[in-house]
Amino acid sequence: METDLKTETLDIEGMTCASCASFVEKSLARTPGVQRAMVNFATEKATIDYLPAQATPATLRQAVVQAGYGVLERAPDTSAADRQAEIDQQKAHAYQQLRRRFWVAAGLALIIMPLSMLMLWPAAMQRINMQWLNYGLLLLTLPVLLYSGREFYTSAWNGFRHRAANMDTLIAVGTGAAFLYSLAATVVPEFFRSRGLTPEVYYDTTATIIALILLGKVLELRAKTQTSAAMKALIGLQAKTARVVRPGGQELDVPIEQVQLGDLVVVRPGEKVATDGLIEEGHSAVDEAMLTGESLPVEKKAGDPVFGATLNKTGSFRFRVTKVGADTMLAQIVKLVEDAQGSRAPIQRLADKVSAIFVPTVVVIAILTFVLWFDLAPIETRLPLALVNFVAVLIIACPCALGLATPTAIMVSTGKGAEHGVLIRNAEALEKAYQVNTVLLDKTGTITRGEPAVTDFVPAAGQDAARLLQLVAAVERQSEHPLAAAVVRYAEAQQAASAPATGFRAIEGQGAEATVNGQAVLIGNSRLLDEAGIVLPVAVRQQADALLTQAKTVLYVAVAGQAAGLIGVADTVRDTSVAAIRRLQSMGLEVVMMTGDNPQTAAQVARQVGITRYFAEVLPGGKAGKVKELQAEGRIVAMVGDGINDAPALAQADIGLAMGGGTDVAMEAAGITLMRSDLQGVVTAIELSRQTIRTIKQNLFFAFLYNSLGIPIAAGLLYPVFGWLLSPMLAAGAMALSSVSVLTNSLRLRGFTPLKP
Amino acid sequence: MDTVEIIVTLVGVALAGFVLWYFFFSARQTASAVSSVSGVQEVDITVKGGYSPDVIEVERGKPVQLSFYRDEENSCSEELLMPDFHIRRDLPAFKTTLVELLPQQAGTFPFTCGMGLLRGSLVVK
Ligand SMILES: [Cu+2]
Repeated sequence: METDLKTETLDIEGMTCASCASFVEKSLARTPGVQRAMVNFATEKATIDYLPAQATPATLRQAVVQAGYGVLERAPDTSAADRQAEIDQQKAHAYQQLRRRFWVAAGLALIIMPLSMLMLWPAAMQRINMQWLNYGLLLLTLPVLLYSGREFYTSAWNGFRHRAANMDTLIAVGTGAAFLYSLAATVVPEFFRSRGLTPEVYYDTTATIIALILLGKVLELRAKTQTSAAMKALIGLQAKTARVVRPGGQELDVPIEQVQLGDLVVVRPGEKVATDGLIEEGHSAVDEAMLTGESLPVEKKAGDPVFGATLNKTGSFRFRVTKVGADTMLAQIVKLVEDAQGSRAPIQRLADKVSAIFVPTVVVIAILTFVLWFDLAPIETRLPLALVNFVAVLIIACPCALGLATPTAIMVSTGKGAEHGVLIRNAEALEKAYQVNTVLLDKTGTITRGEPAVTDFVPAAGQDAARLLQLVAAVERQSEHPLAAAVVRYAEAQQAASAPATGFRAIEGQGAEATVNGQAVLIGNSRLLDEAGIVLPVAVRQQADALLTQAKTVLYVAVAGQAAGLIGVADTVRDTSVAAIRRLQSMGLEVVMMTGDNPQTAAQVARQVGITRYFAEVLPGGKAGKVKELQAEGRIVAMVGDGINDAPALAQADIGLAMGGGTDVAMEAAGITLMRSDLQGVVTAIELSRQTIRTIKQNLFFAFLYNSLGIPIAAGLLYPVFGWLLSPMLAAGAMALSSVSVLTNSLRLRGFTPLKP
Repeated sequence: MDTVEIIVTLVGVALAGFVLWYFFFSARQTASAVSSVSGVQEVDITVKGGYSPDVIEVERGKPVQLSFYRDEENSCSEELLMPDFHIRRDLPAFKTTLVELLPQQAGTFPFTCGMGLLRGSLVVK
């Protein structure tokens, strides 16, 4: 029997990493009738060749579902933004429900409170039947317990069955005990009276505690959604559609998920770049602030890379797609930030240990409080006193503040860092950056631009500068040498007129020649002129020597067989380096420079930027050794570098900062990646880490203080001295405030702005 | 001390002892991962006031797929944290969330809820 193979493409939902793709692939391959299955994680698509006689699209879908993933029926739309939207929607729904439960509890508590107060008023007491009043209060409290507070009880029960105790356990046991006691006093008051006790009820306590804790939860949830705001903003930057040029030349808006590698995409002024690619034609200024934190637009022309989510400003261009989906720069930034938010800082370790044993320990303390009060208090008040203090201990001892202290600060600050082009790899990196006292800068590419630039343009006597530059630029435009590119950039910056060059010839290891405006022009090293038999005048030779002592590369120019001038080329210091280094020094950090250059050049750059200590003539392999040397002096070293050969040093340092988007290798080795190519990013990173760790320390201090004072006071430790007892209602208020205040403190990090020099 | 006080004291101390034993020292529910045809170690975990099973044994160097089914709406369990693997995941209620990882080193790696109260661990052999 012969059948034609059919091909089906499915949009897979829910894949989070490359191994998911292989799960789906394997599951599909096992399905009878499937000849070949290919799953692309980046595009979230499965392409399946199958025999229609044995398999149908439905069985293929089933195979995907069996692997634990979903298939989107139509309108493939499983971007990170949409997944986030679904989770957000669910959270918004939970928030609405929580608010409703709070308002029910608050409304009823407001009725229950004054009714309970009636008992304190003798005149009213005589007119009202206590028994009836208690039953009334019971009826009013039941909805609070069964509707508003139900989650506490189910959660505590679920936790108990799994031998896990959470904060709901404390609330459930506390309010449950108060309620059950009141219930007994309402239903069988004689039992209490016969033992010389007034059958007191605590319905107001129960209802108020539940209302207050729900209030705390409402505020907490509201604040918590703000901790991931920066992250959501980042995901939301993704473009929804792209204008793809079809082979026929017609342009078509397609959903971003359908854009494929190699597509040609048009970007017009004011539009977002849809995905990563290389410009094929056109030029423009692109605002990349969302990725790099750099506020100035970047000039782009044919051959330059563009990144998804950046904003095209002025011109219009077409680019060839090189990356889609999870491979794009934006997706990788999002992934990196998400990873960091899933990590824990070493500073959190103690809090984690405490959290782990917290709830059961508190229950034990509460039980012992009950026993002690029962044994020590006067016989007629011992039961109510023991009960009230038991409840107070359970309610005030909330571990939320402790649990929220670190993660919320990390969430806010990693998101904030990404906004400024500082990508933090994990919470540990943040903590290390805080401890740093020495910053080691690799000169080339960090302090300096890392590419040659014209520093001196010296026409020989009698030469017209503008004309000479025009001739030089005409030749160098034809050349592919990096030094030539530096000359062309300089000429363009000087707005030199352009002229046509003919007969261009590159001379290996020496330079180039061409004819411009009918004159033979030579540009290159001194050997080029020597071999052409051109003699350098003494004045020119002296000027060349002066440039050479400044460690500059010298290009010699000859026009029509005569020496016509010199061009000095060197790697130049970035505009921002001096200010950033001064800023680091004023933060109390020692800045040390390291370079492969000779000692003279090193000394000169160091002087220029205000660095006193530097290492010169460091071979690429010796960089890590220099880091070790500093560490041996007891320093905590942050290493800043940009190249592949910096990776060992970045890894050796206490914290590595890879600069300029970094190569993948450097990024892997670095704890922090700076998307911006200047030292300002180092200042921002260290500043951010200092503020974050300060916030975490405040949070932890507050949380530990709150619990270590709250529990003994609630247990009645101050009663023998001052006669103070903590009302369970007050305890509930304090508990509601504790987590909210920690969150609020963390949210202050949202106001972080890097200090400008 | 009257009889009631003695009874309350004894019951209280016994209760406290029970709480300590129950939460800290009683045996945990352990489960080993099942390797699927494709060589992936799969484990289903239900999240309801805790993780069951809460101790999961897997082999080193083979990919692990954990399916967390969150069977409740209570907010404590809405986040899953596996700090050693840099994983923070939202677990939507009444849905299965898949978590994939590749354990490279042997050891015991805890996973917890967002506040560190619900606890489980991945034992890599
Ligand atoms: Cu709490």
